[in-house]
Amino acid sequence: MIAKLKGNYGSGMEALTYAGQNHMVVDRSLIPEILQVLRNEEQFDYCVDITAVHYPAREKQFDVIWVLYSFARNERIRVKTQIVDGATLPSSVPIWTGANWLEREVFDMFGIKFDGHPDMKRILLPDGWKGHPLRKDYGILQQDNEWVQINLGIESGQ
Amino acid sequence: MTDPHTSLSHLDLETPEKPFLDANELVINMGPQHPATHGVLRVILRLDGEKVLGLECVIGYLHRGVEKIGEHRTYTMFNPYVDRMDYVAAVSNGLGYCETVERLLGVEAPPRAQHVRVILTELNRIASHQLWLGTHALDIGAITPLFYTFRDREEILKIYEKYCGARLTTHAFRIGGLQYETYTGFEKEVKNFLTFFRPKIDEYEELLTTNRIWVERTKNVGIISAADCIAFGVTGPVLRASGVKWDLRKAQPYANYKNFEFDIPIGENGDTYDRYLVRMAEMRQSVRIIEQAVGALPEGPIMAKVPKVMKPPAGEVYHSIESPKGELGYFIVSDGSTQPYRLRVRPPSFVNLQALDMMCRGQLVADVIAVIGTIDIVLGEVDR
Repeated sequence: MIAKLKGNYGSGMEALTYAGQNHMVVDRSLIPEILQVLRNEEQFDYCVDITAVHYPAREKQFDVIWVLYSFARNERIRVKTQIVDGATLPSSVPIWTGANWLEREVFDMFGIKFDGHPDMKRILLPDGWKGHPLRKDYGILQQDNEWVQINLGIESGQ
Repeated sequence: MTDPHTSLSHLDLETPEKPFLDANELVINMGPQHPATHGVLRVILRLDGEKVLGLECVIGYLHRGVEKIGEHRTYTMFNPYVDRMDYVAAVSNGLGYCETVERLLGVEAPPRAQHVRVILTELNRIASHQLWLGTHALDIGAITPLFYTFRDREEILKIYEKYCGARLTTHAFRIGGLQYETYTGFEKEVKNFLTFFRPKIDEYEELLTTNRIWVERTKNVGIISAADCIAFGVTGPVLRASGVKWDLRKAQPYANYKNFEFDIPIGENGDTYDRYLVRMAEMRQSVRIIEQAVGALPEGPIMAKVPKVMKPPAGEVYHSIESPKGELGYFIVSDGSTQPYRLRVRPPSFVNLQALDMMCRGQLVADVIAVIGTIDIVLGEVDR
């Protein structure tokens, strides 16, 4: 499978194995096509997880990761891409319905938007919250004091 | 003067195809403080009379930022936090976390530790299913099973208490094995529990399986097909009740599950009744696994050689286990320091809850309660 994908996409993707687990690093521009191909041609019909990692020192600040599983092959694969702050990604809700809440959580925690998502809003934090907590520049004690004061009627939640 | 009740002049008539008020549609808010939502789940229901047209879940009331906390604690310090996610299956959470870090470190727990882990995790699966059965039946209106299941669950909690001092948030496992050797008489007590518990499952089944009220309330309620389950990423007993024979303990064995013989119970219709049957059968299978594990408990060390200060080499690992709710995954990125650079939890309840809208459409309000119960969510895990 990897050889075939490599043949089609060449330098845009890189296949790696770490601790016995396969993952590939894919260029941002190839993401819509690769996810579609993995779902339709390679039978990765179960989208396990979508998440992100923040590297503030890098130019492309975010790693976005899709964890996919194929029931037919009993195989797991991770697809990773790098994007700059403010860039968007195509939503994979049309490919896997279950991506809906997972993408909303990535948006809530990292501020990465997914184009074409049916309902791109916060999921775990309240709608009016400021900031995205899982970014590295968001301190662990930091919170949206304004929101807390208005909605909870207390000085600070800490 | 125009009568405000008959005049439509104050309404926005520019989009006549979408009347702002549909006389047939009623929006009702259920929760977040509602005994049948198993925690603080808020559900906004759109109703046509008693019929559900659609619903939206509002979650996050229990959000504690577990993933952010993980980035600011060492690997060892974070271990007790995972118990607070799915607090009725704390042992499973701990197993998933410890195994993921072990994978990053490249160590493996010794055989005796693996066996004890399997015993405690399967006991936990039984305890979790018991709690689910009691509360689910209570929601539907059967009070008796709650007393039965809680009475029997107590026996499992006693074993936990004797083993590690805690009943609920056990922190039973350590990275690399176990902190405590089993107490004197552990094997005997587990065996006694199995003898005690086997007829109890029959007792539960006697109360419910052919009970007419139970059958009417659960058969053909909240049906989800196998294809929909996969599209939504739904796992665990919900997926199996729809007829997919998939269990991570068999598909990608972790711990030492490959040494034990057990079956994967599956359902046919994917309705609430089938999910009930699947979980009942799973309890019997767990008994089978524990029986094999406790009968062949090897001697030996309980802790692998792990450094006091853990610094896994830089890299990333995704590892998942079959928790009582479904696939519980951990994705950890290490940068070679003592703390995880990123720690992601893939919670089964969170993903499974997404399917609630689809499962409830066209059902009655009372069935929403049954369907929330049958997915078996724990809000501590949904919100983290």
